[in-house]
Amino acid sequence: MIHSLFLINSAADIFLEKHWKSVISRSVCDYFFEAQEKAGEPNNVPPVIRTPHHYLINIYRDKIFFVSVIQTEVPPLFVIEFLHRVAETLQDYFGECSESVIKDNVVIVYELLEEMLDNGFPLATESNILKELIKPPTILRSMVNTITGSSNVGETLPTGQLSTVPWRRAGVKYTNNEAYFDVIEEIDAIIDKSGATVCAEIQGVIDACVKLTGMPDLTLTFMNPRLLDDVSFHPCVRFKRWESERVLSFIPPDGNFRLMSYHVSAQNLVAIPIYVKQNISFFESGSSGRLDITVGPKQTMGKPVEGLVVSIHMPKVVLSVNLTATQGTQKYDTTTKVLVWDIGKLNQQKLPNLKGSLSLQSGSPKPEENPSLDIDLKIQQLAISGVKVSRLDMHGEKYKPFKGVKYITKAGKFQVRT
Amino acid sequence: MTDSKYFTTTKKGEIFELKAELNSDKKEKKKEAVKKVIASMTVGKDVSALFPDVVNCMQTDNLELKKLVYLYLMNYAKSQPDMAIMAVNTFVKDCEDPNPLIRALAVRTMGCIRVDKITEYLCEPLRKCLKDEDPYVRKTAAVCVAKLHDINAQLVEDQGFLDTLKDLISDSNPMVVANAVAALSEIAESHPNSNLLDLNPQSINKLLTALNECTEWGQIFILDCLANYTPRDDRESQSICERVTPRLSHANSAVVLSAVKVLMKFMEMLPKDLDYYGTLLKKLAPPLVTLLSAEPELQYVALRNINLIVQKRPEILKHEMKVFFVKYNDPIYVKLEKLDIMIRLASQANIAQVLAELKEYATEVDVDFVRKAVRAIGRCAIKVEQSAERCVSTLLDLIQTKVNYVVQEAIVVIKDIFRKYPNKYESVIATLCENLDSLDEPEARAAMIWIVGEYAERIDNADELLESFLEGFHDESTQVQLQLLTAIVKLFLKKPTETQELVQQVLSLATQDSDNPDLRDRGYIYWRLLSTDPVAAKEVVLAEKPLISEETDLIEPTLLEELICCIGTLASVYHKPPSAFVEGSRGVQHRRLPARTGSGESSESPDVGQSAGVVADAPPAVIPTQGDLLGDLLNLDLAPPTSSGPTVPPSMQMGAMDLLGGGLDSLLAGDIAGSPAMATGLASAPVGLPASLSAPVSSGLDDLFDLGGGVSMPTGAYVVPKTIWLPAMKAKGLEISGTFARRGGVLHMELSLTNKAMSVMSDFAVQFNRNSFGLAPAGPLQVVAPLNPNQTTELGLPLSTVGPVMKMEPLNNLQVAVKNNIDVFYFSCQYPISILFVEDGKMERQVFLATWKDIPNDSEAQYTIKDCHLNSDAASARLQSSNIFTIAKRTVEGQDMLYQSIKLTNGIWVLVELRVQTGNPTYMLSVKCRAAEVSQLVHQCYEMVLKN
Repeated sequence: MIHSLFLINSAADIFLEKHWKSVISRSVCDYFFEAQEKAGEPNNVPPVIRTPHHYLINIYRDKIFFVSVIQTEVPPLFVIEFLHRVAETLQDYFGECSESVIKDNVVIVYELLEEMLDNGFPLATESNILKELIKPPTILRSMVNTITGSSNVGETLPTGQLSTVPWRRAGVKYTNNEAYFDVIEEIDAIIDKSGATVCAEIQGVIDACVKLTGMPDLTLTFMNPRLLDDVSFHPCVRFKRWESERVLSFIPPDGNFRLMSYHVSAQNLVAIPIYVKQNISFFESGSSGRLDITVGPKQTMGKPVEGLVVSIHMPKVVLSVNLTATQGTQKYDTTTKVLVWDIGKLNQQKLPNLKGSLSLQSGSPKPEENPSLDIDLKIQQLAISGVKVSRLDMHGEKYKPFKGVKYITKAGKFQVRT
Repeated sequence: MTDSKYFTTTKKGEIFELKAELNSDKKEKKKEAVKKVIASMTVGKDVSALFPDVVNCMQTDNLELKKLVYLYLMNYAKSQPDMAIMAVNTFVKDCEDPNPLIRALAVRTMGCIRVDKITEYLCEPLRKCLKDEDPYVRKTAAVCVAKLHDINAQLVEDQGFLDTLKDLISDSNPMVVANAVAALSEIAESHPNSNLLDLNPQSINKLLTALNECTEWGQIFILDCLANYTPRDDRESQSICERVTPRLSHANSAVVLSAVKVLMKFMEMLPKDLDYYGTLLKKLAPPLVTLLSAEPELQYVALRNINLIVQKRPEILKHEMKVFFVKYNDPIYVKLEKLDIMIRLASQANIAQVLAELKEYATEVDVDFVRKAVRAIGRCAIKVEQSAERCVSTLLDLIQTKVNYVVQEAIVVIKDIFRKYPNKYESVIATLCENLDSLDEPEARAAMIWIVGEYAERIDNADELLESFLEGFHDESTQVQLQLLTAIVKLFLKKPTETQELVQQVLSLATQDSDNPDLRDRGYIYWRLLSTDPVAAKEVVLAEKPLISEETDLIEPTLLEELICCIGTLASVYHKPPSAFVEGSRGVQHRRLPARTGSGESSESPDVGQSAGVVADAPPAVIPTQGDLLGDLLNLDLAPPTSSGPTVPPSMQMGAMDLLGGGLDSLLAGDIAGSPAMATGLASAPVGLPASLSAPVSSGLDDLFDLGGGVSMPTGAYVVPKTIWLPAMKAKGLEISGTFARRGGVLHMELSLTNKAMSVMSDFAVQFNRNSFGLAPAGPLQVVAPLNPNQTTELGLPLSTVGPVMKMEPLNNLQVAVKNNIDVFYFSCQYPISILFVEDGKMERQVFLATWKDIPNDSEAQYTIKDCHLNSDAASARLQSSNIFTIAKRTVEGQDMLYQSIKLTNGIWVLVELRVQTGNPTYMLSVKCRAAEVSQLVHQCYEMVLKN
């Protein structure tokens, strides 16, 4: 099982280490540094690294490498999932997961790690439970603690730990009972240079914020559940009901959680909300090139497209750009070679256009590769797959809760090839 | 208020100040001080000097302070064992605390203190906690057993904790069950052949129930444990599959993949015409696709596994090609994996899409990826014949880009396309020749030269082209040199008039001016061929070439099966069997897919057929005591074979049946729960060997075979003289003596059976108990005629090493049952380990060096061999005849050091350094092996071989 964990920053400093069994020397990380050097980009470090006596399984999150050391045959996904959980928990506790925050809260981090894993076996990874065991720091609480001498550590066994609903604590009380659901869909797509869709799929999630008193039993019904290709649920969802009736029936955790995630795959036709007309060319002589990009609406179901951003990874030889945008702002970062055109809201009447020349390093040959465009966008009040919640019912409690469902569509990995 | 303040130091000496604060009366100050200590510890500062002061803070009712002190203790107890004892009392007290959180915390922490003296005190509290009324405490205690086992395995066994742990599998609380399974799995890993996780339908049922209710991590443990179970029949298999399928919808990808493993394995047992089989196939695709939308690290592991799944069952993902399309900002390791799977899924239906994508990739920035994309186009051409033309034109387009590495890769793959589709695309040769000058990589140059030589008659200036390469002949790599030599000879055979000079030039370069033996030999062969019989030369050199296969990098079927059983593990990421790289453990365990039951199925897929009946992950078992032996041996027979694999010939079946019947049934009635796998394992021993030959004939034949076949197996391997294994008085008059020998690469048990009773003996049969190296009879015991009183018969029983495995003590112990018309008799004997040394045990020098370094020094064993008067060469020769190969010899100050390698039948390598001093009869022997327990036996074998 998981033997040790090292947190390493991008400057290759080990700034935290935790061992759940015997202590393993830091020198084991040398193998990691070697791989890191070979990979160049931090994103390209292979997730599983083999060393003579150990395996290093790592993830890269928020500029931190979480490197775990294992000694026996352990499912690597198990380790990777766990490391993600660690990163999420830190994020959840401290608002961000950065080196400085971890250093500022090193004792809490250490306590958390100890609570999350015992002898390499995951112990408590549910945020609800952890928060009962170790209170997250707040300025108010630390002041109160200093005055009253009370502690950050829960004295009782978290109620959820062993019940059949381990995700929910008992005795929840609210004056305003509310349940909100956000249906968030991301479009992953590749569009080729002629504008045809190479592949497109939708990754959707339903995030919930449920603040309800007692032990409510909720049922969420969809208008069109058959749209969903593959679903994965929070453990609270009763799978049998989904199998037989296609409804989500569950006793919710308290607070924020991800109720389900789903996948609408390439088999179904995925609506692409915008089109991009682009022309990027480099001239054989004169070390220069031209760029002309226009963005227009395609299938938006009548909803406005907002937060539109186009980013282009230019070839290394592009030194500078001289461009004019009819809408929004554009900026070229000469070190990362990324051109970002922040358009904002898509104007249907006058389509935004970016046009101008590119200057290349003199004397260097015309670049071989074609830059790709990354698109970011947002459409409020629309789930592009067409998924709709029809109703939410509550049993088991007497009061009437406030309910709400919000839809939003975003671009995920949305790429346009040139 | 942040913790960074704990790092600020004062000038006066941090330790000193902390000490004062730790001993403060104020609770709050104490706590702050401990926090500072912990903070220093986490960044690697040494604060062990504060041990007594911190431990003093342990007696507190403040839970946070207690936890902090525990954290400190776990870190430093090892370096301060005497001090750590001070903490024991508090632990023992805490284990009795009314608050279950404190009880659990205490038992959890105690297990983490890796100090022998403390572990003794741990036993009593642990025993109590394992039976605690609160499940939270029980589940913590279960993990503690695994911790303790890691520190002191013997203690855990002596105290009976393993049994308690096994009982916890039936606990009412699912979390306790999951943790017990996790702990047992971990312990079992270091005891590959124990029966810790012997599952039966009842326990499987409990696990499946717990599966629905425990945490995501618990589900992973349970699923992985389930995957090791072999269902009795397709009905059970289906019912397990049905209950596991919901796990595919779990948000945790590790749960999903573990579930996929269970399903992939158990699916093997379902008849293909079953409706459920089709449903299951359909259900597997969406979750696999969803894994690809996760973070790149998860994607990588998922892709490596999908690669295996696609090879085993391409139908699952055949419609999902698009999800493997590469995005430009995918990490390189994801890109390469996706590409690989795209090729595997390429078919006539989707080839247009795939090619368009590949062409797109060929213009990307990343060189490695571009190269692989170009190669992939070639692989498509070879795999999907209809697409070949389009592939070739795509490749030509790419060659036009003139990007150096693209051109070179394209030429390499075009060569393969020429080989696959001869006389079809030769029109492109002209275009290829234009790029001759830009080729600087050996592989591309060699490919180009091959093309020029192969099509010399169509290329007008072939001689000029080849001549241009000849100028720098000695600077080329071997690959290019060999290719050039062959190409020019081909050219000569095709156009003899103009190229005589050229061929002479290359032959002399290859034979006279080169010091590469391969090149020289090939040169001489051509030379002689050409000078003796040009017509024959033409037939040889220009012979029709065999077609190249469609897919070159498929994983070998047996390995694939083993890897399918390892989905989700490291083995699946590396595509190597676990035994190849997981240190020490599981060296001899091989996982196989279970055989399909029912009739008429096995013929459908030959690779399944092969494995049918071969042991599916032999269930571990305890070493039987003498009393148990009877039952245990008989168990093997009883369970009905789960399959009738086509490789089991009827005669074998008969033999097995004979043993099964024969009036033994009454004896066996009590003990039917035996493992079906065992029976099949026995019944399916390989049958490529001659069924039975009496000993002298057999060895004679082998000798002949050696001479004829040129197998490097000297005939002089030392064979121990026969000893009496079963005295007549113990076996109602049957005396058995015997020995073991290895002849021509086949293990033999050579037996003399003597009838010392008054009546005739007949109906002989033999069986082995599970043993360390999986020895099993490869055929029935062939006693030709009934054995008359006072008659002796000699016979050789060929053995295989694919039988069920269980570690024996001593390692080379073998328990044998022999049956005749009178009774069943048992005896045990020890075989010399040298019979397990295989003929291909000669390691490459480089590999030897690397392996020697890689094996930790504590697995090295030293022995002395006294009174041996051979010199080092004689010793080496003698050892060689027992398949101990000398790889290198070094002489330092009159002392000869021989470096030798041995490979055992189960693939374990033994490395040996033998030091021989001239004139000194004492040899020094150093043995290094990953399985250290083998060393002693190897020493015995050396003694035996060198002195006899």
